[in-house]
Amino acid sequence: MSKRKLLMSFAALCMLSTAAVAEGPKAGGVVNAVIQPEPPSLMVGLVQNGPTQMVAGNIYEGLLRYSSKLDPLPGLAESWTVSEDGKTYTFKLVKGVTWHDGKPFTAADVLFSIEFLKQTHARARGNLVQLDKVEASDESTVIFTLKQPFGPFIGIFEVGSLPMIPKHIYEGTDFKTNPANNTPVGTGPFMFKEWQKGSFIRLVKNPNYHIKGKPNIDEIYWHVIPDAAARSVAYETGKVDVLPGGSVENFDVPRLSKLKNTCVTGAGWEFFSPHSWLWLNNRSGPTANKKFRQALMFAIDRNMAKDVVWNGLGKVATGPSGSAIKYYTSAVPKYDYDPAKAKALLKEAGYTGEKLRLLPLPYGETWQRWAEMVRQNLQDVGINVEMVATDVPGWNQKVSEWDYDIAFTYLYQYGDPALGVGRNYISSQIAKGSPFNNAEGYSNPEIDKLFADGAVAFPDAARAEIYAKAQKILVEDVPVAWMLELQFPTITRCSVKNLITTGIGVNDGFRDAWIEK
Amino acid sequence: MISFIAQRIAKAIVVLLALVVLNFFLIRMAPGDPALVMAGEAGAGDQVFLAQLREKFGLDQPLPVQLFLYVKGILNLDLGFSFRQQMPVATLILQRLPATLLLTGTAFAISLAFGILFGALAARFAGTWADTAITVLALVFYATPLFWVALMAILLFSVTMDWLPSFGYETVGANYTGLAHVLDVAAHLVLPATTIGLFFMATYARMTRASMLEVSRLDFVKTARAKGLSDSVIQRRHVLRNALLPVVTLAGLQAGTLVGGAVLTETVFAWPGIGRLMYEALLQRDYNLLLGVFVVCSAMVLAFNLITDLVYRSVDPRIEFAS
Repeated sequence: MSKRKLLMSFAALCMLSTAAVAEGPKAGGVVNAVIQPEPPSLMVGLVQNGPTQMVAGNIYEGLLRYSSKLDPLPGLAESWTVSEDGKTYTFKLVKGVTWHDGKPFTAADVLFSIEFLKQTHARARGNLVQLDKVEASDESTVIFTLKQPFGPFIGIFEVGSLPMIPKHIYEGTDFKTNPANNTPVGTGPFMFKEWQKGSFIRLVKNPNYHIKGKPNIDEIYWHVIPDAAARSVAYETGKVDVLPGGSVENFDVPRLSKLKNTCVTGAGWEFFSPHSWLWLNNRSGPTANKKFRQALMFAIDRNMAKDVVWNGLGKVATGPSGSAIKYYTSAVPKYDYDPAKAKALLKEAGYTGEKLRLLPLPYGETWQRWAEMVRQNLQDVGINVEMVATDVPGWNQKVSEWDYDIAFTYLYQYGDPALGVGRNYISSQIAKGSPFNNAEGYSNPEIDKLFADGAVAFPDAARAEIYAKAQKILVEDVPVAWMLELQFPTITRCSVKNLITTGIGVNDGFRDAWIEK
Repeated sequence: MISFIAQRIAKAIVVLLALVVLNFFLIRMAPGDPALVMAGEAGAGDQVFLAQLREKFGLDQPLPVQLFLYVKGILNLDLGFSFRQQMPVATLILQRLPATLLLTGTAFAISLAFGILFGALAARFAGTWADTAITVLALVFYATPLFWVALMAILLFSVTMDWLPSFGYETVGANYTGLAHVLDVAAHLVLPATTIGLFFMATYARMTRASMLEVSRLDFVKTARAKGLSDSVIQRRHVLRNALLPVVTLAGLQAGTLVGGAVLTETVFAWPGIGRLMYEALLQRDYNLLLGVFVVCSAMVLAFNLITDLVYRSVDPRIEFAS
């Protein structure tokens, strides 16, 4: 390299670094965000509602975080190793971490958290089925030993799935009535300060956070605004700066995105990958017939629903797995919009005009309109559909009592087919009285075996093969009518930087966010 | 009079208990329960989770036992525990009650004062353009749905002109004190209170007008005029006073709904009051909280009925306390 060239590249390097300094995170500022509905509690170990997770992700932390590609990132664990047989996971904890009350965070807290969550956290209980034992070899080393290799294990450590709970506060108490539940204590970047029920939740910066210089923001206010139109007005009038995904009606999104200094992103949902489908009652009526179910898939114009109801956001689903989660394959039978084919299949299925009850999801206007659109599609091919109106508890009841023919829903997939996909198709998950399992009543021994094998197969290549096979069979059988991979847009002022940095989006907290002044 | 009030209170307690039992069964007839709702919001819930919740909420007990425990609590002035919010129902209601009373009380005062004023004016100038203007406006505000008025008001005064805040009770994070705080709350109060107030103002105006016109045709008004009393004295002392009875009846009914009647407005304006608490409790099947709000509202209605009767007496001395 010539002297001159060297000099020039050095100059360029200098410029680059000054530019980086100029654009670097700035400290200070207040963020106003919207939360809806009001969470029942912020103690995420006891309550896992969506809004609870969204606020609590600032207060609590998990051992790991996940990138938008769902690769594990350090959280409260700075490093980890997996044994060659896939049965032993060793986590090295970050040193010098303290709880918000000043007590040190140690391996003992991790062990306690596992015991705590096994009692209180429905999903954690499921995720930890393969766990044989967990031990601490010293203050900052935790070793998980599994009964057999469990592929999704590395994916269960995010803050909503396995939050760390302070042992010194909960040990020996009745967890559910502990008064500390009202003043949550975690290790996270923000501390709970104030909650005026019905108005707002206030979090403040944790000055002793274990990453020096973080968080950048001083305070977060989560405003409770029950009406969707009022939420968009609150943003329009500058009273709030962040509308997390799903806070405003979808038809308001295009209007809000056009406002000055407004940024919209669909990122931050990769881990959850909300997957929407129509539950089809596989037990009785026309929907018990596979040909009829296939006809439904051909009859529904999902592309149009995406463009009209969801403003082009999201993706038409091709099968049981979302395209962002592990072991997805697109090599499955295709169901493009084809009313003629649908009619032919209906004839083959011997459908004679029985009335079908369609249950929309009572989550606001967007879902109502979507249901109307599907009804139109179905009526167009000659299916007799009747819409049943319910509120949320009524919907839960009808679905969990199997009292429907077609019902809208969407479920999270948690990054791995063993965690968020299988539960909807395996026979052991058929249980009356619970709304989020195999509510359609699909039962296929081959599928049961594939999902059972897939969870514990080792290494990953073996899992991929199994899940590809399962997806193919399911798409052929159409136990449910897959609709869209949903994308809930997060709307923010462009001056709020670096808000979404991982695959769980806003739920991961405002740790890295900063405000440009 | 004391014995009249005592008897009325005794009757009210019986009615209240009957209402508690009725509401208890009505709420439980709605599909779904709080455990299902909470599992639904978590997006996952195995049988263990649901069973845990139901046990914790006491929903695993037979219905008569649940009713017995609830009524026993009520008799001890204990409204129970909110399943969802993890707080005593009484605490939750007391936290929210002031905001609601401020909102509905303001709306009530505005609507009553201006309603009677405009009604009296319309009657006084019956047949003129002023009468027509008041009557038409009253009809418009009476017929327009509240939520639409609310949304239009927000669009105009918050979004377009940026004069008034569109949601909440105060500016969050501003930490105003003293007069600044009062003004801040007042600014937040304007839109929701006017929204509720307009509807009732229209009702009062129309009722006052009709009633005054009717009274002014009666013989004693003619007598008063023949005696040579001035027109303003006749309108105030003879016509208005006698015309107010039906308005008092209506106001008494409205006063009863002061606590629970603002569900829609509180929701649209994110006003942290009891109407919203009730609405959310309903959607979440938070039985105890919902029942608690019902009990408080019913007690209020009964109390206001009694007060209305007492006001009758002072407006029209001919009405006597019969027992």
